[in-house]
Amino acid sequence: MNYSQLLKFAAPETIVVLTALAVLAVDLTSLRGLEPRLRFIIGGMLACVGCAAAAVWMIVMPEQANAFGGMLVVDPLTQLVKVALLGLTVFTILISIESNFTQHVGEYLALILLATVGMMFLVSAEDLLMVFVSLEMTSLSLYILTAFNKRNIKSAEAALKYFLFGGMSAAFLLFGLSLIYGLSGATNLGGIAAALQGRKLDPLLVVALVMVVIGFGFKVAAVPFHLWAPDAYEGAPTPSAAFIASGSKVASFFIFAKVMIIGFAGATGSGAFGYYESGWVPMIAIVAVLSMVLGNLGAIVQGNVKRLLAYSAIAHGGYALLGMLANSQQGVAALVYYVITYGMTTLGAFGVVAVVEQATGDSKLSDLSGLCRRAPVVSVCMLVFMLSLAGIPPLAGFFGKFYVFLAAAAAVKNLGLLWLVVFAIAMSAVSLYYYLQVMKRIYISDPPAGAPRMRVAWLTQATLAVLAVSVVLLGCFPGWLVGLIERALASLAP
Amino acid sequence: MSGFPILSVLTLLPLLGGIMVVGLPDRKLARSFALGFSFLSLAQALGLWHTFKAANGGLQFVERADWIPSLGVQYFVGVDGLGLLMVLLTAIVVPLSLLVSGRVSERAPLYHALVLFLQAGLFGTFTALNFFHWFLFWELSLIPAFLLVRLWGGPQRAPAATQFFIYTMVGSVAMLLAFLAIFLATSKPGGAGVFDFIELGKLAARGALNPALAAKLGWFELTGRQIASVIFGGVLLGFAVKVPLMPFHTWLPATYAEAPTPVTMLLTGVMSKMGVYGFLRILLPIFPEQIQWLRTPLLALAVVTIVFSACAAFAQRDLKRILAYSSINHLGYCLLGVFAVATAGANVLAPAVEKAAALNGVLLQMFNHGLTAATLFMFVGFLEHRSGGLRGLNDFGGIRKVAPVFCGLMGIALFSSLGLPGLNGFVGEFLIFKGVFPLAMCSAALSVIGILVTAIVILTMLQRVFNGPLNEKWSKLPDLTLAERALVVIPIALMFVLGLWPRLILDVINPTVVQMVEQLKF
Repeated sequence: MNYSQLLKFAAPETIVVLTALAVLAVDLTSLRGLEPRLRFIIGGMLACVGCAAAAVWMIVMPEQANAFGGMLVVDPLTQLVKVALLGLTVFTILISIESNFTQHVGEYLALILLATVGMMFLVSAEDLLMVFVSLEMTSLSLYILTAFNKRNIKSAEAALKYFLFGGMSAAFLLFGLSLIYGLSGATNLGGIAAALQGRKLDPLLVVALVMVVIGFGFKVAAVPFHLWAPDAYEGAPTPSAAFIASGSKVASFFIFAKVMIIGFAGATGSGAFGYYESGWVPMIAIVAVLSMVLGNLGAIVQGNVKRLLAYSAIAHGGYALLGMLANSQQGVAALVYYVITYGMTTLGAFGVVAVVEQATGDSKLSDLSGLCRRAPVVSVCMLVFMLSLAGIPPLAGFFGKFYVFLAAAAAVKNLGLLWLVVFAIAMSAVSLYYYLQVMKRIYISDPPAGAPRMRVAWLTQATLAVLAVSVVLLGCFPGWLVGLIERALASLAP
Repeated sequence: MSGFPILSVLTLLPLLGGIMVVGLPDRKLARSFALGFSFLSLAQALGLWHTFKAANGGLQFVERADWIPSLGVQYFVGVDGLGLLMVLLTAIVVPLSLLVSGRVSERAPLYHALVLFLQAGLFGTFTALNFFHWFLFWELSLIPAFLLVRLWGGPQRAPAATQFFIYTMVGSVAMLLAFLAIFLATSKPGGAGVFDFIELGKLAARGALNPALAAKLGWFELTGRQIASVIFGGVLLGFAVKVPLMPFHTWLPATYAEAPTPVTMLLTGVMSKMGVYGFLRILLPIFPEQIQWLRTPLLALAVVTIVFSACAAFAQRDLKRILAYSSINHLGYCLLGVFAVATAGANVLAPAVEKAAALNGVLLQMFNHGLTAATLFMFVGFLEHRSGGLRGLNDFGGIRKVAPVFCGLMGIALFSSLGLPGLNGFVGEFLIFKGVFPLAMCSAALSVIGILVTAIVILTMLQRVFNGPLNEKWSKLPDLTLAERALVVIPIALMFVLGLWPRLILDVINPTVVQMVEQLKF
């Protein structure tokens, strides 16, 4: 493989990097004197065009390649996930345009794009080195994005917390990865699986496994590695929080599943009811159960919408892990469908929070009171997002859950994982309570006396409306996305 | 079958109506729009009734389209006599309920929109033939009902609504899990399973379902038959809560009493029929063996439901609660009929005829009870409005003297509920007992106690409320207004018409019932 070929395979990432540099350069050279909003519009449009170009490139020129033993894997599935990531990035940029928390527009947009590049490489990686490097690239950008609101002390606190937790978990991950390298002599996931095949689950491998799960568990905010999430979501500027909750989740779940399913294929174990066998499946099963319990129960008592969404994200992480536990092709398909639709939904919810925050200055639950009278379009969108998160048919969240549960139930003989599915269904019934609380605030509570109608920019409204409509359409016609994912998966099958 | 997707339009129309109404700014406009939409639906349902080829008996107006190919989910709708009857009942009860909702002033657009959403959910449930979207509508109808009780109910609405929600939710979840298990058991390697009710019915009739379950799900060395019974239990729970079958009924009296009266009309008039519909459409065809196996305990539960709910009604002092228990009692007859037919009937002279009689009775009873119970709750609503919220059995007395028209018309509805020959309630109950008596003599005989107690309950109500010395407090009680008279005359007239000429409905449902009896092999 020569470098021109490599460039061809990495063209989408390259386009995004170039876009990031272009946004920085344009902002630095010619937009300095303008007001921030105008700079945001010009820079944002440039960034969106870049993302769109990268996405179009992948759609028009589907490739299949594996460069340098898994350093960069391009196949229909990774391309699909990358297109979804770019889409989420575009939506994140669109909801940031109207925000006014920063003067450093170019840097902000460039960091979002760089984080996206990190995620795209992460999705394409099947080599531990590449996984770690791209994970760090994503994380570092996200730490800065969290701290971006310099005027708000909470933002700095959140970023520091996120950074300290992140740094520590990165150390765990690196330690785990190094142990795996020591055990297998390979950094490539396929090679690791081959070397670990037939090996007993000895203490060293268990330590390595636990370390890796800690590292990734932090990224996907699974209990008990979730402590950063509520603070980071609350303190970060809302568009940044939206990005952490959507794009970064999609990429992290994808690579988490890939490492576990491909890399630890020999140490699967079993979490089936009555057939316990140690391995990564029972471990993740425990993490999933904890996430569902703590996420859902924690969300009930929150008084801040962003914190509520953070706990709900933890809970949804638990459901998504079920798709991974299925450890089957259908499970991966369900996981990808779930995280993509979840990303869109939660992005929309944060978009609504951003609107409210701009009008009222805070994101407490009480700030949503009477939103339906102050901003009707936005509150209809929020209705769609909340009901989808709660898993109400016919929205995307319902089908996502249904599909994940189905895959988990089908994965093990004799419906061995049914106990997890029953548990997850019970927990999603609990979740209905707090999503309905938000709805109650918006539709039933009276707005504060004398509160005027909110002025919502048409661009924000249009973005939220597009997201809401997509959530409805993906829920009503899930066959389209599921078909794409399954065809992509089928093309990978040996 | 190609052609105009009339059933999809039927379901979508109230959905669209609801979306429109929720955005309307004021009460009057919302009300007239919602009424308009419900009348459109009624017109459409009557049109369906008219164009339905009754002699055929099978599924008609079928639409079928691939929806999620990788899971084998199809959009599959169609109605036979049973589905059509339920669609018609829904289309009749919803406008009645909306017409008496005039007093809802708080957040009226939302209220009317939720009623229309509920209607869409009901239409969807009664026409869907694939589990996936059937379940979707089943759940979708629960949410508006919950909100209607929660937001516009009486003083104890919060616990009542929560109890209602939790009970039905638990039932739904059990059902969902059961169907997931069936889906996985019927899936071919790498392929999709079966969600199609008709297809599942055929599988069960061929005796292919139990072996498939045994092969795929080896739980604790259970045999296929036992696993099928566990799964049957899950589905049964879902429907038993909804009907309700004792002992899963405890949510009902509180919910019916606390819900605003128009919503109670919907709950008892149509939503309770969803459960019985499920028994007929899903449990009987897909689990014939299990029902037959558990027939005796199930019959016992039905008898308990009939007798105990009648006795419980006797003990109540709140008119709405009395009617709620009597509602459980009436649906108990339906279940009695459903369980009684689950036998080969070897010792019966003409089992097919008796079964057809019982099932025809069940269908008629569903329709008649829907109509009568909704009307009765409407009357209680009028009374409650006049008395300023009082609706105790002993709060009134002798109001026949001041409100003769009210008492006369409500008396007719009460006698229909009691099963007086000549009114609609009689025909259904008569047919059920005619069919059940040879098939399950003991149960039929014991159930007669229920009829007796119901008669006592209703006569007591007539006596305490309408007759006796006039309670001076109500000497100024206004009689029914002209508008109210015009409103109640329609269901009352229907009661007479169906009581005297039940063939109006029987002609349409009989072919379906006969076909059903033929297909059920015991």
